[in-house]
Amino acid sequence: MMLTSLVLCGFVLALAAPAIHRVARGAAGYVLALYPFVAAIVLAVAGQKAVAGQAMREALPWASELGLSLSFSLDGLSLLFGLMISGIGVLVLIYAGGYLKGHPQLGRFYAYLLLFMASMLGLVLADNLLALFVFWEGTSISSYLLIGFNHRSETARKAALQALLVTGGGGLALLGGLLLLGIVGGNWEMSALAAQGDLIRAHAQYGPILILVLVGAFTKSAQFPFHFWLPNAMEAPTPVSAYLHSATMVKAGIYLLARLSPTLGGTEMWTSALTLFGGATMIVGGVLALLQTDIKRLLAYSTISALGTLTLLLGIGTTAAIQAFAVFLLAHALYKGALFMVAGTLDHETGTRDLEKMGGLRRVMPITAAMAILAAVSLAGVGPLFSFIGKELLFEAVLESEHSRTLLVGTALLSGAFFVAAATIVAVKPFFGALQATPKAAHEAPPSLWLGPVVLAPLGLILGISPGFVTKSLLSPAIAAILGRAEPLKLSLWHGFNAALALSGASLLLGLLAYASWPALRRAQRGREVLLGFGPARWYEVGLFALNRVASLQTRLLQNGYLRAYVMTIIVTTTALAGYTLLTREGLPALLTRPLQEWDVRFYEAALAALIVLAAYAAVRADSRLAALAALGVVGYCVSLIYLFFGAPDLAMTQVLVDTLTVILFVLVFYHLPRFASLSGKFARVRDAAIAICGGALMTTLVLVTNTVTLTEPISGYFLENSLPKGYGRNIVNVILVDFRALDTLGEITVLSLAGIGVFALLKLRPHREEKS
Amino acid sequence: MTSLILGTATRLLMPLLLLFSIFLLLRGHNEPGGGFAGGLVAAAAFVLYSIASDVSTTRRALRFEPQNFIGVGLLCAILSGLPALLLDKPYLSSWWGQIKVPGFIDIKLGTPFFFDLGVYLVVLGVTLKILLPLEEQAELQSEDARDFS
Repeated sequence: MMLTSLVLCGFVLALAAPAIHRVARGAAGYVLALYPFVAAIVLAVAGQKAVAGQAMREALPWASELGLSLSFSLDGLSLLFGLMISGIGVLVLIYAGGYLKGHPQLGRFYAYLLLFMASMLGLVLADNLLALFVFWEGTSISSYLLIGFNHRSETARKAALQALLVTGGGGLALLGGLLLLGIVGGNWEMSALAAQGDLIRAHAQYGPILILVLVGAFTKSAQFPFHFWLPNAMEAPTPVSAYLHSATMVKAGIYLLARLSPTLGGTEMWTSALTLFGGATMIVGGVLALLQTDIKRLLAYSTISALGTLTLLLGIGTTAAIQAFAVFLLAHALYKGALFMVAGTLDHETGTRDLEKMGGLRRVMPITAAMAILAAVSLAGVGPLFSFIGKELLFEAVLESEHSRTLLVGTALLSGAFFVAAATIVAVKPFFGALQATPKAAHEAPPSLWLGPVVLAPLGLILGISPGFVTKSLLSPAIAAILGRAEPLKLSLWHGFNAALALSGASLLLGLLAYASWPALRRAQRGREVLLGFGPARWYEVGLFALNRVASLQTRLLQNGYLRAYVMTIIVTTTALAGYTLLTREGLPALLTRPLQEWDVRFYEAALAALIVLAAYAAVRADSRLAALAALGVVGYCVSLIYLFFGAPDLAMTQVLVDTLTVILFVLVFYHLPRFASLSGKFARVRDAAIAICGGALMTTLVLVTNTVTLTEPISGYFLENSLPKGYGRNIVNVILVDFRALDTLGEITVLSLAGIGVFALLKLRPHREEKS
Repeated sequence: MTSLILGTATRLLMPLLLLFSIFLLLRGHNEPGGGFAGGLVAAAAFVLYSIASDVSTTRRALRFEPQNFIGVGLLCAILSGLPALLLDKPYLSSWWGQIKVPGFIDIKLGTPFFFDLGVYLVVLGVTLKILLPLEEQAELQSEDARDFS
């Protein structure tokens, strides 16, 4: 149960985080970082089996009838993601301690961050589809809490809500897709579903499954046209942006696609959808990145572009593409995490995030500057860095792809150029040129702030020079898990003079060109911001507005607060739906003649029925409340008499008691009612009478029909037989209530209690119009 | 509001009604009755008492606030399902024991009785929780009316 306890520990620790913060104070970040640190070690050790090609599985059965078990599995793919999450998690927790030093709600921040960390670990380790979904939602919710952490700012709250609605809406689609997948595959474990890929791909429901899963993955991983929430999420404190919105959470969708690619991948539909949306995202993210001056937003758009690249590679799905995917994934997590932390440090030390207002900082912040430049070179994908290998592999993969090669190569080239341009902006703007005056006088950040970049950025260089560190131990197992078969992987910086190298060079040149024309580009864009107003973000606004309007409209229509309207709606709906089914199943003639066939009525029964009808009529026509009430009482007592005649003394007794108390209740309520008046007009009365008669007729026919139609063996026989031997009671009704169906009764008395308290609250909260003067 | 006849009659009826409600509760497993009906009768007894005297007297006679009855009742019903878990059976499975002293007592007692007791208390509590405040307001109003006249 190692993996289970590893994930659950995170949740427990999240609860304890505020208390730990209170005790440990400034060291809390370091103390809490022990959790991801231990997690990384545990995963690395336990992952040795996964590296050898054997996934480690463990399951905790829960509601096995529903296919729900808390099962975890550690294979190559989970290991790669798990190590990224825990490794960067260590640095982010330490960074957060420095970044938010002295913030009054730092304890809460730690709690949210750990909540996210545990959810994310659970997400990449889960083997059960439903468990995966629960963790998926866990990351959405913790992301909401973290983006909105600065809850006094309206933009932060709006951005948090937007992220939640977009990813949550996608999550809903994903749930549908996963449920369909589980039903079609007949299994809820992804490890088992992976073996059934052919069966599922050939199934008629494959299309819906794929679309729903893709919507879930695309919203989470900010693919076009759902990308707009990610730049807005930059309202979050920078540790969050570095961790959730570049290195881990936004890659959850990518993870899911990779995880399901043996199950769903490889079809025409898969390839075209993923390459199309991935490619579009690469370009859109790249273009928009260059239009930003806020360093965090710029990085966010370049992250979007990177996520698009990953999706594209999964879509191509060849061995080369998946190899490129794994390398690019790791490289991106390293340099983007570092760059975000640098961005946060700049914001923290200078007081601004505007690239135009910074300059010459390399003189006052040498460590940060060095790390930023190293990470930016990585972002540009220049050798001898690890990301250079990723870029080479990317070009090789698109050159080898069978479909629409020219388009893919063009997309990769362009996005490569955008990466180079963005990297140059980030590396040059803040650190070179003349030192500019910033809102805060800048000086080197404390160690907790530069520790992250100092670890991550050089790692990109080390891995670039000797990629052998990770090929066998980390990347190959992940690639094998995605492909479903082991493929040899050999990484090296130098691939010889080939097309990929030429493309790499071309993208570098283009990128530098784009950087040179950056000022012109931004001037050209000025005044054309309106165009962006028609983008997907606008669709979101319009959609949200429309949703709110529909909600308020239907609330006004259906929930208008008039009890009579509610009753009418309920009766009309029931009558229409059940009546329609009755008519189509039984036919009108059968329904009309049935009562006559079963005409077996004694005299006193007929008399009682007549009495009920008369009393009901009297209640309707009464011109005082007391008279109406008395008439209703007659109806109630007559009904309980019927129960007696047909051998249900329990019911009869309860009915008499309830009726008695109801009459008392009514008498008491009289004090609160306005003077009796006939409020409804003639039309309303006729309409109400028609509805009432229809409802009554429907119930009568329904009872008669159910009496003769047996769909399944009635259960009453079982109760009759077992009441005494198993329930030790001769009163079957009571045995059913307190023994056979005790859980139902428990639910009912709970509802009754809540209703009682609710009525009490309504009575007491009501403003006292008759205050004693 | 107080009437001599009603007051005297209630003083006699009240214990009878309460006894009857307990009688219903106890015999419910074998004959018509049960916790629900018993609870309603008990509630009716207290309502009658409150009409004959007044609400504050009734609240004193109840000794506990109605919501306490609701809470204790729910707790009782929930707890009655727990012994089943000890025997590794599904929650709320019944469990019966027999108390037997030859010649004197021969009672079969099971967890469903405690469940039914819970139902009894919840019904009593909910009914009074709704009716007593309504009556209080009615009393207030009639006092107002008297003040004005």
